[in-house]
Formats: sequence, C-alpha cells, structure tokens
Amino acid sequence: MSEITPETVAAHGLTPEEHARIRAILGREPNLVELGIFSVMWSEHCSYKSSKVHLRRLPTEAPWVVCGPGENAGVVDIGEGLVAVFKMESHNHPSFIEPYQGAATGVGGILRDVFTMGARPVALLDALRFGDPAHPRTRHLLAGVVAGIGGYGNCVGVPTVGGETTFHRRYDGNILVNAMCVGIARRDRVFYARAAGVGNPVVYVGAKTGRDGIHGATMASAEFSEDAEAKRPTVQVGDPFTEKLLIEACLELMAQDCIVAIQDMGAAGLTSSSFEMAARGGTGIELDLDRVPLREEGMSPYEILLSESQERMLMVLREGREAEARRIFAKWELDFAVIGRVTDTGRLVVRHGGTVVADVPVAAVAEAAPVYDRPCTPPPRPVPVVCHDAAVPVTPEEALLGLVGAPDLASRRWIFQQYDWQVMADTVLGPGMADAAVVRVHGTDRALALTTDCTPRYCEADPFEGGKQAVAEAFRNLCAVGARPLAVTDCLNFGNPERPRIMGQFAAAVDGMAEACRALDFPVVSGNVSFYNETDGRAIPPTPQVGGLGLLEEVDRATGLAFDRPDLLLVLVGLGHGWLSCSLFLREILGREEGAPPPVDLALERRHGTFVREQIAKGRVRACHDLSDGGLAVALAEMCLASGIGARLVIPDGVPGRFGWLFGEDQGRYLLAVTPEDAPLLLAEARAAGVVARTVARTGGDALILGDGPPISLDELRARHEGFFARLMDE
Amino acid sequence: MRAAVVTFPGSNCDRDLAVAMERVFGRPVRRLWHGETELPADLDLVGLPGGFTYGDYLRPGAIAARSPIVREIVRFARRGGLVLGICNGFQILTEAGLLPGALVRNRRLLFVCRSVRLRVETTDSPFTRAFPQGAEITVPVAHHDGNYLADAGTLARLEDEGRIAFRYLDNPNGSARDIAGILGEGRNVLGMMPHPERVCDPRLGGTDGVPLFRSLLEAVAGGGS
Repeated sequence: MSEITPETVAAHGLTPEEHARIRAILGREPNLVELGIFSVMWSEHCSYKSSKVHLRRLPTEAPWVVCGPGENAGVVDIGEGLVAVFKMESHNHPSFIEPYQGAATGVGGILRDVFTMGARPVALLDALRFGDPAHPRTRHLLAGVVAGIGGYGNCVGVPTVGGETTFHRRYDGNILVNAMCVGIARRDRVFYARAAGVGNPVVYVGAKTGRDGIHGATMASAEFSEDAEAKRPTVQVGDPFTEKLLIEACLELMAQDCIVAIQDMGAAGLTSSSFEMAARGGTGIELDLDRVPLREEGMSPYEILLSESQERMLMVLREGREAEARRIFAKWELDFAVIGRVTDTGRLVVRHGGTVVADVPVAAVAEAAPVYDRPCTPPPRPVPVVCHDAAVPVTPEEALLGLVGAPDLASRRWIFQQYDWQVMADTVLGPGMADAAVVRVHGTDRALALTTDCTPRYCEADPFEGGKQAVAEAFRNLCAVGARPLAVTDCLNFGNPERPRIMGQFAAAVDGMAEACRALDFPVVSGNVSFYNETDGRAIPPTPQVGGLGLLEEVDRATGLAFDRPDLLLVLVGLGHGWLSCSLFLREILGREEGAPPPVDLALERRHGTFVREQIAKGRVRACHDLSDGGLAVALAEMCLASGIGARLVIPDGVPGRFGWLFGEDQGRYLLAVTPEDAPLLLAEARAAGVVARTVARTGGDALILGDGPPISLDELRARHEGFFARLMDE
Repeated sequence: MRAAVVTFPGSNCDRDLAVAMERVFGRPVRRLWHGETELPADLDLVGLPGGFTYGDYLRPGAIAARSPIVREIVRFARRGGLVLGICNGFQILTEAGLLPGALVRNRRLLFVCRSVRLRVETTDSPFTRAFPQGAEITVPVAHHDGNYLADAGTLARLEDEGRIAFRYLDNPNGSARDIAGILGEGRNVLGMMPHPERVCDPRLGGTDGVPLFRSLLEAVAGGGS
C-alpha cells in the first residue's frame, strides 16, 4: 500500500492537525483506505464540523415530534396512527457540474432518506437558485436541472408538487438545488439506522457498485475554482427505475418483521452507511468487500468503500430471515448480498481478498471528529432606506406589470409542467395553485401542506432577520392554505465557513431561525448544511432554505389562490407601513439593492396565522394568499391570474405613499376572499382577536384596477406573467 | 364487473387506476403481477396503467410488451376481452401490436404535465358509450412520449372506421391528427395518453373521467360492446 505523504493528506481535504488526530486514534499511520474513510467521515458534508456548535441552538422538540435531527429524516405525528417523514438536502455542487444528473441524483438521494425510514414517499419539492438570467450558462443549467428533477421524480412516480425558483447574479458560479421529500408511514413502523444484535447479517441491496462519484462528499466540502468542469467524474449517475424497484422492495420487506436497521448509501457510500449504523447502535461491523455486487472488474477496496453509486441500501437483518428478504429482492430483480456481520468489537473491520484493508474504531471516529467553533464576524445591521413616491419614475400600473414579469415573480409554468405533480392521485393543490402544496394523506380525510421558503436578498442584507423571515414565511404559507404548521426541515447554503464573515452570516441566520422556530412552535426536525458555495472567493448570498410541513385535518378546507366568483370582498389581514427597503420593487423597478429587510414581529405572525387558520376552518375563506415579494398589489394580481377574475383595489386616503401601500413588503400579512355576507363577522372576530383587518378590494370584471388608475386587463397581466420563461427558454 | 390492473416493474399509476375503478365500479379490483402467466378466468377488463415500465429503456413500453402477462392479455383481447391502456399502458399496447402506430417523443422534446381539452369522437365503444355525443372533457396528460405517429394509410383507416376515440383540442405533444386515444379493430381495446383515472374525484380537480369507467360498467352489465 502506498505511503501517506503530506500531499496525500492534503488531497483528501484533511489538515495536518486532523492527520495527527487520525494517527492518535489508530496508534499508527493510516493506510490509504483508512485515510479515505477518515476523509469522508470528517468532511464538512458528513461531519458538520463547522456548523455543529451553531445548529445546537435550533429548537428540535414539540409534543408532535417523533424523531428530530440525527436520523435519516425527521418524523412528526399526523394523527390516525400515521407519521410524516421529511427532509431537505442540497445537491448544489454536482448540479452545477452536470445539471441533469446532479439534480436527478439529488432527488434520488432525498427519496432514499425518506423511504429508508419505512415511509412511502408522497411528495417532492425543489428550491432552486440560479444566476443572472442573462448569464450564458443560466439557461443551460435551468433546463438541465428542471429536466433532471422531472426525469427522476416522474419516473419513480412521486409527484413534484412545489418549490421555488429565483435568479440572482451572485449564484452565477454556484447554483443551488435543494430537494425536499415527504413520506408517510405508520407510527409503529418507523425504521431507524441503529445496528444491533451481534451476529446479525449486514445486507447490501439495490444497484451494483461502480466507480462513479468517488469523493463526492469531499468535493461538496471545498470551494470551486475555474476547473470545476474537471470534477465531472465525481458526479453520480441516477437510475430512477432501479430506485422505484428499491422503494417497492424495501417497503414490501418492511411490512415483514425482518429488518433491524436500514440506512441508504448516500454521500461516501458504503463507508458512511456502515459507520453511521454502527455508531448509532454502539456496535461494530465487519464487511467483506469480495461479496459486494460490482459493476466493473478490478475495483480496489478504496474505490468500493468510497463509491457513491446510486440506488443502494445497507440493512441489518434479523438472523435467519435472509431467505425471506432475498425472495422479495429477487422478485424486484435487485441485487441482494450478505456482505458482513454486526460485531461487539466497536470497530469497522473491512476485508478484501482475504486480508484486512481497514480497521478503525467506530466511536472514536465519530467522537473525535473535529468540531470547529470558527471565528465569526457578526454581520452589520443595515438601516432601512426610504423611498418617496416622487422618486419613482413609473406609474403603479407600470410597476405592477414590471414586477409580475420579473424573473423572480413570473409564472413558473414552464418549470412545473415538466413535473408530474399529480401521480399518486392525492395532490389537492399543486404548483401555482396555492401558497403551499396540499397533498391528501391517502385513504384519509387529512392532508399535508408543504412549502419551501427563503428570501436571499433579506438574508444578504441582514442574516438574522432573513433567517427569521424564512421560517415565518413558511409558517405563513402553511396557514394560508388552512394548515397547522408542524415542523421544519432546512438546508443551510452558505459560502466558505473558514472566512469569519461567512461564519458570521451563518451564526446570525441560525439565531434568526431559532428565534422564529421557538416563537412559532415550529421546530426543526431534519436538515442539511451546504458550505463552500463560492467560486474564486465570491460567495452566494446566505440562503438558509426552509421547508415547512403542516397538517389539515379536513382536506376539504384546503384553500387556494383562486376566487371562485365575482363580488367577493378581499380582506387584508395585518398592518402595512409601506416597507420598500430591500423590497423586490426597489430592486426590479428602481434598480436598488439596499437597506434593511422588513422586520418580522413573531407575536403578530403567530396571532395572524392562527386567526387565518381559524377563519379557514370555519369555512369563511374562499381564497387566501399571503403577502410577500411585491406586496399587496402583486398578491392580488396573482389571485386574479389564478382565477381569471379581476378586482378593484382601494388605495385609502391618507396612506403615506401609494407605492409603499401597493408594493411594500411588511410581514405577517394575508389577503382573504370572503362573501359580503361573511365579511362583517370575520372583521368583528378579527377585532376581538386583536388582529388588524380591513376590506381593500372587491372581485369582478376582467381587469385589475389599482385605486383610481387605468384598468390593467388580465390578458395583459397574463402576457407579462408568462413572458419571462417563454423568452428565456425560447418556447 | 370483474376488473384487474397489471403492475410491471416501473408502473406508477397502478394504484391510481385501481382506486378510480373501484370508486366507479363499486367493487374491488384485482392486482396482477407482470410475471404471471395466466389471467383470472372470469375477467371482464384489464387495465394497463401509466408509469415508466423498465425505465422506458429501449423504447417506452417495449420491454413490458414482452412480459409473460402481455402474451395472455393479447389472447384475452383477441377473445373480445376489454383492455384499457393509459399513457405507458397505451405505449405497451402499440409495442405489443394490439394497437397500430407508435408514440414518440413530444414535439417540444419536454415532458408535459397539464390539463388538456379533449373531444369524445365516438360513443360507439364500450369505453365511451356513457359520454354525450361530441362531449368535450378536461383530462390531464403527463408524458414525455405521447406524440402519436402512424402511416397515412393507418390514419385514414382509423378515421374511416371511427376508431379515434379522443382528439386533443389543444394538442400538447404534436400527435398526428390530434389523436389522444384510439380503439383496436374490435373496439374492445382502448389506448389513450391522457389520464382519466386522475379526474374521477372532485377533490382532485374534476370528474370528467368518470363516464369512461361508467361506460365500461354499462357495457359489461349490458353484456356486449
């Protein structure tokens, strides 16, 4: 075996101090295979070494939380003996290098995190961030990522029901692809990844192991440079057909009483899956690499252990149940191999060709994993900028048309038409139909509400407020469809943590999220951190992506954006102060990216959300939309477009600025469509609950009218709304 | 009504189809595995569901069309049994030779999932008899390869024999003559790209698919096609 030189150590992304620590653990120099194991297990991606000290501040518990962070996915109770299992994960680096396969395998990986816990996946969402639409690569990356997500999700037959997509030049060199998956399981049949039972067989199932994706986890733990293209061999290739078979075979086996522990082989493949199962169970594992099903000949133990070939799982079975399990996998035409045993040595011992090629103490690798409390520079708190009407060179109508056609607000139809969002026949509200997707819990009258949220320009200006706002907006989107927000998964995308400024952003965003999660009883149950999203020293804006899950006890109450008739009144819940600082209006219409983002009042947020949810439960709300990017005018325009019915918006006398009233992004606000008969009661109940609410518009006609301005026909509004993607993608 | 739905490796609308059938038929639907070599003796209807059988490798439906059970389904159809192929099921039926023509990549080369308007072109079939003549319905499509293609002679024959069951009013994929679904020679086999099973539940945005399943119920109860 080749000698370990400082160069080999550096090439594995390990520091000299980490190398010394490895020598201390083993009591000797590691061989190359062992160095590879430490390299991936201690990579940022697998060990969370830079983020751990901060993540501890996030609240993770609530009475309905069955399993919080630390397992493959979070688990929350949804009643009727069922649980929702969900997680979000990044696949940023691979998607930039090879957009189709990068995005596809991101979907595949997050699906496995969910069904490995015994849950049938029922929904996928994707939060995507691309560079400037005018950047020469953006179109290619967008087309590839969307096709990859669709290609995988459509084929496995799990509906892609929602997500978000925005553009900014700061993502030119580092796009973000964050995939979220939600599954449903019986509460008494959740599976964990804790190896147990000395002598129990360790079983490999799924696709064969090839040379693809070796050191993907290490790649995800380093910055890009101009030679990113040269990293293409570290990107894996997905096979959704095999994944579909794997889902069915695993769920069929899980219905028997055969499995002790199960873990998907994701980043760092066989190495991390066997390590994690042994570490969680406090056991040892012996593996015989000669029994691993291989795709190619002559693979070295190093390659077999670190391959990131997709669609593979590792299980510990009850002794004597191998034949039963093997039959199920044979039926689904998947490989099945007993490749090792659970031991009581507390060591991972790997044999190949009859000799021991690695022998590493499991607990020590986990416990001695480096944890860095890296230096943080607290981000400066910006001050709000003021925008007077006189400074705006366009009319409100022109501004609205500009906003509904802007890259971040234009119709996403081009994207979601490439996703089968209906398969499984339980999607009640799909993409573009509501603030959150609503998916019925099969065979019940309940439904899950799902959303992904983050406003990177707020996070860039003020990571603390931005982190708070991401959580609050997810909460709001769930309330707006009538769901009770239950829990959060997150995907924290940042630049290089070794830079104090980036680490300061991270710490502040986590603090903001923690404050919001605590105030809203909305704990974090799973998640992922993606650092090193920078190229040649230029980092992305902080993007703490939040995925929210809520529960509707009556699916029939699910409320979308579309009015069902004219002559409804639109009630604005919440108070606006015309906050244009850091708004989309300021950026898109005035070309200014500056100022403090709107602050989130969490007590108000909670009170308003509860009020809206209660009104929906009482059956009074015919349509609902939260106010976010673009404020009141954009929210109303989106409701009109969803229904094909116009509206007239009143601009009250005495508002300090028309543009602030129309486009301000003050938080904690909703627009509710109610009948004139129900409106007085709703307004009275709002007063009683201490909620500011007022009637601001009436539906009808085929145009949107802002105050006493000229009508904007829905046709013109729609043409602008649909135009951006049509132009960008040459439709 | 004794109906069954087949599951191939990679089928993913099998449950959806069975649920929709059970909803309209009011009785359980049998589930068949692709490896089975015999159909239940007393069957009236076999459904081939949507999905990506064998990952669409080679050509969509090509590998599934060689399954043991498809041999039996061909025999069943030749004896007059009712066969409904939706989306990938339609692709399997053309690959198995039960329906003419082929389904190739959508003209725009992108997967398309959206609701389309369809016209029911004939009510003279066990699949369409419960629709009003000339009915226009809204049914979703979700496919990458739904662009129906056949030679001129075949297309003329389909038209002449009234075997075009459904036509797109807003063609989403480039299909010849806006064809969305066709009948076999005996009118007891229907292949269609749109998904009627997705519009049988008012909570999911429509019930325009219900008459198709009601047609089958009537046809079987009435003892003939």
